[in-house]
Amino acid sequence: MDNSVSSQNSLVSVHNLSFSRGNKKIFDDISLEFERGKITAIMGPSGTGKTTLLKLIGGQLFPERGSVTVNGQNVHRLRRSELYNLRKRMGMLFQSGALLTDMSVYDNVAFPLREHTHLPESMIRTLVLMKLQAVGLRGARDLMPNELSGGMARRIALARAIALDPMMIMYDEPFTGQDPISMGALVHLIKSLNTTLGLTSIIVSHDVHETAAIADYIYVISDGKIVGQGTPAEIQQSESEWVQQFMTGAADGPVHFHYPAADYVDDLLSSAKRSRRRVSKRYGQL
Amino acid sequence: MIQFVQYLGRTTRTSFTKLGRGTFFLLHTLAGIGDVLPRPRLILNQMYSVGVLSFLIITISGLFVGMVLGLQGYYILSDFGAEETLGVMVAASLVRELGPVVSALLFAGRAGSALTAEIGLMKATEQLSGMEMMAVDPIKRIISPRFLAGLLSMPLLAALFSMIGIIGGFMVGVGLLGVDEGAYWSQMQDSLDFQDDIVNGVIKSLVFGFVATWIALFEGYDTIPTSEGVSRATTRTVVNSAFSILGLDFILTALMFGD
Amino acid sequence: MQHTSTQDTLVGLFVAAGIVGLLFLALQVSGLSAFIKEDTYTVTARFENSGGLKVKSAVSSAGVKIGQVSAIKFDPTTYESVVEMRINSRYNTLPDDTSASIFTAGLLGEQYVNLVPGGSDETLKDGSMIELTQSAIILEKLIGQFLFKSAEEKAETNK
Repeated sequence: MDNSVSSQNSLVSVHNLSFSRGNKKIFDDISLEFERGKITAIMGPSGTGKTTLLKLIGGQLFPERGSVTVNGQNVHRLRRSELYNLRKRMGMLFQSGALLTDMSVYDNVAFPLREHTHLPESMIRTLVLMKLQAVGLRGARDLMPNELSGGMARRIALARAIALDPMMIMYDEPFTGQDPISMGALVHLIKSLNTTLGLTSIIVSHDVHETAAIADYIYVISDGKIVGQGTPAEIQQSESEWVQQFMTGAADGPVHFHYPAADYVDDLLSSAKRSRRRVSKRYGQL
Repeated sequence: MIQFVQYLGRTTRTSFTKLGRGTFFLLHTLAGIGDVLPRPRLILNQMYSVGVLSFLIITISGLFVGMVLGLQGYYILSDFGAEETLGVMVAASLVRELGPVVSALLFAGRAGSALTAEIGLMKATEQLSGMEMMAVDPIKRIISPRFLAGLLSMPLLAALFSMIGIIGGFMVGVGLLGVDEGAYWSQMQDSLDFQDDIVNGVIKSLVFGFVATWIALFEGYDTIPTSEGVSRATTRTVVNSAFSILGLDFILTALMFGD
Repeated sequence: MQHTSTQDTLVGLFVAAGIVGLLFLALQVSGLSAFIKEDTYTVTARFENSGGLKVKSAVSSAGVKIGQVSAIKFDPTTYESVVEMRINSRYNTLPDDTSASIFTAGLLGEQYVNLVPGGSDETLKDGSMIELTQSAIILEKLIGQFLFKSAEEKAETNK
């Protein structure tokens, strides 16, 4: 299954990528393929660097080893202007929405158009209203970002991300912290945008059910490695204990409930001694 | 002791690293100015938040500083029977020193801290990162216009400060204490030189505006993107700006007025 | 950013106020207006010693300011101080045998050039040279002379 996806078909390929932050290895030699026109999800517990992966694909971070190819171009070999040209065709939806707080909803959606095109204002207006209509928030165009709910902000950000008709969109935790109705709206939106616009979508998420419902292919990442991959059905059936724990949400399993620590009983018994030592150490320094 | 040396070494190193980052940031900002100039709207909007919002604090402070100078100057000068030179004293101290320095310090406190907080919050809420992903260079789009606005506003604010201060000194000296009106102005005009005093004062305020805006923007851009990081960066802006302004003032004064 | 016209107006007002401040400093405070508005003509005078005279020191006649010193140079051949003065063109009737002396306003005041008109029919023109000059009175010299003299007198009376 791993290499059956040919690179001709994939829009984004990640090859043997390694990345660390400080001493912590975030990714250790991982390879992923993202097929054109499909929704590919990257799943894993919080803190596994899923957002970092999106930033690596977007060229905001540089890997230690390995390469990221988007539409045949090696992202980290590009010159600045080339990278910026590539980014115009990559939309990204940030977890917070990242709307510009000093502009209205309308101006936010118009922002990429005004920055990158020389279209007349009347045409920009038409485009903005079309994009807002697509996310169902045409009526909210005069609101300021601080007047929006979290779900609305994300939908506006989505309208902004598709303003330049990109070839792909990266979603960073699109479902986190949403009420069921907004969540449903977002799931529906991502799916319909993908089919109607023929976008390639990359979703980073730890919301198992919503993601499994729309993804065509899923990678499960843990501790910098890919621990499972396949279609949602294959993942559900996975024999890997780890994947099973993640998908079902069991409290204990291969991922322990407890953070690595010394033996509980030893720890309790030694606590009195240790704290005394700590006190003497501190006074010793003084 | 060894710990202390280690601490010292580490601190020195991080400050140099920061200075290096700041310099690259500055170069990037300056490079962005070319892209901003065709869009005066961006600068105009920032002139509002940087200049107009500092207007009130500058004029009120200028008035009081001038009035105090008039009062103190009168008491000292009348001991020598030289009240006539009050205008010289008020104008020279304002135009050469207090105008550029005090208005720059107020500017750092009012506009500088606001800039740091604004940029820092934009970073914390991923707005800068989001802009980058929209293929918009945040330094060119966000930083450069603010930098230009600060650079342009500072000499105007300093000139206003000096003018209001001289009028304040006039109100106290001439209006309240009875110094001769003609002497106040004519002595001032005889003693102050356009090149030596006014132009040098404007150069000072340009330099202070450059440095204070640079520090404020860099601290915001370089902030740790948390609410605590932003608040720390804001404090650093005010402290570092004050140090830089006062230190530079000494150097500039030595260069300009030291014959 | 809300592009409101109020905001634009305020920015306009701010810039205008700042420019007024700069103009005020240039014209009213540094007296640059004196150069711009009024025509002047330049005369020079040579002094054995110009003392504490400075550029921008006043040039006056009969106690009224009629111009100011524009340059002070040292002539390396005659070892004299060459003082260049700009005099307001309104006062163009000064005779060419006018004498110039350097006075001090009060005991510790600023030094200025005092012009005393002579009786010639010709007047000073742009570029004229004032021939009759009296150098600055150097306070230290005066005190020295005074002490020396009184010491001499004392010695004479003691004889």
